[in-house]
Amino acid sequence: MRNGKRVRPPYADYAKFLRRRNAIDRIAQRHAQADDMFRRLGITFAVYGQEEQDERLIPFDVVPRIIAKDEWDRISKGCCQRVTALNHFITDVYGKKEIFKAGKVPRSLLKNNAEYCKEMENFTPPGGIYTHISGVDLVRTDEDDFYVLEDNLRCPSGVSYMLENRDVMARLFPDLFDQLPVAPVSHYPADLLAVLRSTAPARVGDPTVVVLTPGRFNSAYFEHAFLADEMGVELVEGKDLYVRKNHVFMRTIDGPQRVDVIYRRINDDFLDPKKFNKDSMLGVPGLFQAYRSGKVTIANAVGNGIADDKAVYDYVPEMIRHYLGEEPALKNVPTYHLKKKSERDEVLDKITTMVIKEVHGAGGYGMLVGPKANKKERDEYVRKVMARPSNYIAQPALALSTCPTFDGKKLDPRHVDLRPYVLMGREGPTVVPGGLTRVALKKGSLVVNSSQGGGTKDTWVLSK
Amino acid sequence: MTLLSRTADNLFWLGRYLERAENTARLLDVSYRMSQMPDPSLAPHAEWLAALEVVGQRKAFEKRFKKLTPDKVIAYLAVDDGNFSSIKSTLRNARENARAERNSIPSEVFESLNATWLGIKSADIKSIQAQGYRDFCDWVKERVHAVRGLIYGVMLQQDAFAFHRMGTFIERADNTARLVDVKFHVLSARKQDKIEDYYRWGALLRSLSAFKSYRTVYRDAVRPMQVVELLLLNPDFPRSINHCTGVVSDLLEDLAPDTRGAFLAKRLHQQFSKKKIDKVVRSKNLHDVLEDFTDASAALSDQIAKDFLLEG
Repeated sequence: MRNGKRVRPPYADYAKFLRRRNAIDRIAQRHAQADDMFRRLGITFAVYGQEEQDERLIPFDVVPRIIAKDEWDRISKGCCQRVTALNHFITDVYGKKEIFKAGKVPRSLLKNNAEYCKEMENFTPPGGIYTHISGVDLVRTDEDDFYVLEDNLRCPSGVSYMLENRDVMARLFPDLFDQLPVAPVSHYPADLLAVLRSTAPARVGDPTVVVLTPGRFNSAYFEHAFLADEMGVELVEGKDLYVRKNHVFMRTIDGPQRVDVIYRRINDDFLDPKKFNKDSMLGVPGLFQAYRSGKVTIANAVGNGIADDKAVYDYVPEMIRHYLGEEPALKNVPTYHLKKKSERDEVLDKITTMVIKEVHGAGGYGMLVGPKANKKERDEYVRKVMARPSNYIAQPALALSTCPTFDGKKLDPRHVDLRPYVLMGREGPTVVPGGLTRVALKKGSLVVNSSQGGGTKDTWVLSK
Repeated sequence: MTLLSRTADNLFWLGRYLERAENTARLLDVSYRMSQMPDPSLAPHAEWLAALEVVGQRKAFEKRFKKLTPDKVIAYLAVDDGNFSSIKSTLRNARENARAERNSIPSEVFESLNATWLGIKSADIKSIQAQGYRDFCDWVKERVHAVRGLIYGVMLQQDAFAFHRMGTFIERADNTARLVDVKFHVLSARKQDKIEDYYRWGALLRSLSAFKSYRTVYRDAVRPMQVVELLLLNPDFPRSINHCTGVVSDLLEDLAPDTRGAFLAKRLHQQFSKKKIDKVVRSKNLHDVLEDFTDASAALSDQIAKDFLLEG
């Protein structure tokens, strides 16, 4: 919010609000109300490995994260640019492989890469769209620098929090919305539906869209139900669907009904027990064959993991230059691959300034935050790294930006990141002005994942 | 609007669970009141045994507890997590079904049911004693009424709504049948006594909120045969078997007139809409009539599942 003593411009109006009498009391009171509201609305998530508390709330902070219009324009442009390039890359990977022939990305990336899906070779999904929905994780390090941490191109979650957080904020602080020109986000589900419909198989007049969920015990079930509800489409589980003659049908009380577009919220492995994990109870037997025969759209496409792999991440700027002939608008964090001895030595040498992660890890599990870890934790982690160096990458620990956050008594700075959601249909990419701001609630912590004690904030993009 | 078979099934059971929670609360309320007026001609704790009998839990209860005490029965029926049909378990299931279908029901319905669940989630025998049994029962009834009221007030009255009502009325008829069956058995064993009849049979009426209806319909003292007639055969009393089977039959007739389920529902309804009370009771033992009914009602429930692909 501040740069030295100066309040940064997007926060000017909010700072006025804070200077009012009793502002902090009001925040404290609203903070308690917000908790109640989320609990009553049943906006919860399940935490794996915590049996006694099967549903939990993600802590919500009532102080908004505010982004100026020009900052947003850059973020938005940069995210669209990345996702466009990545969609080209996936097309290329499963098709002509030109970027490898051009020597811009090493072929070795594909070798033994579990994320490479051989079944997708020589097949183009409807409209050539692979990345219908992406969640690009960004951090800010100073006033002008945004870095991309990850491009989530598989089943990025969290967008329901972007929408619900706004809804709750509008109820708690209606007056603030009168004073600040906050860009609306609630049209996201309509945009999502339009994107899904636009990517239906050719020659389907009025496509039927469904959301496929693993079921109510999944940690993100709330979001699946929420999105189906907001789009006005059916929320189905695998057992509600079946495949006959390469067409997908859902079981309804009036008999079978054809399904044209599946917004799936289950991983590739579980989609089709005939093709992938044969023990999957969540999927639909024969679905992949129906997909390959062009009779149904699966969003996001199968096999996208090849493009948001942490080892592939390094080459995204090169992809942008290669496919789009543009310079990247957002920076990449320099990444060290620990399988290379020279890079490993460099990382281990300055381990207290590095973050080390598993190549395929997610959710903030299994990572080492160098500046925060003690010697014992570091030593233990190094042992794991040495046992299987190719499984790890490292990045410098960035000086993440902070945002004022209510700590129960007062406002105090906490580190934040940002995940905007990019939608891509036949008309190209768009981003709703906003996103999910995650906040590390523990003082000084850099880990924002909800599974590790992170919370969320509403993200306000100013429209002027 | 398309209705997924699974959604139909979940809404059907949402209806059943809500209704069951309300019925158990009524049962508990009346049993408690009656236990405060001990009847020397009945065995000790007869009311509580009967209550367990009505919900089909007597065996399961006796297996778990050596000795019956009123508090144990109350805890078992109200807040026991191990009893699948306790009020708490039933509301948990209702809330889980609503959560699974939160995209096909109005959001207020889920929120109201969720608030109900949050209200009972950590209840135990101590907390409901502190609250008072009757207050607790009232609270359950009010919560169920609020949720049901929302469903009726704001939900699109299409197929999904029809399945919810079907579940509600099948459960309700089933409850009335069991209640009459058990109470008739207990009460007929007593010697006739006008004052006692008023309280005992009156309690049965109360457990179905039927006292006032009885007075309006009969304008007479509480007579066992008339009580049974009201609860089984009256077309206008909303918890009578005649009324409930009529609703189910009409719903199926609208939804899918050519199914076997529609046929079974119609036939079942006719058995209770065309008969006279003396015939019901004279032709056969009342117990047999009611047992035949609960069997037929279970068969109907299975048939509905088959007709609408609710399983497999």
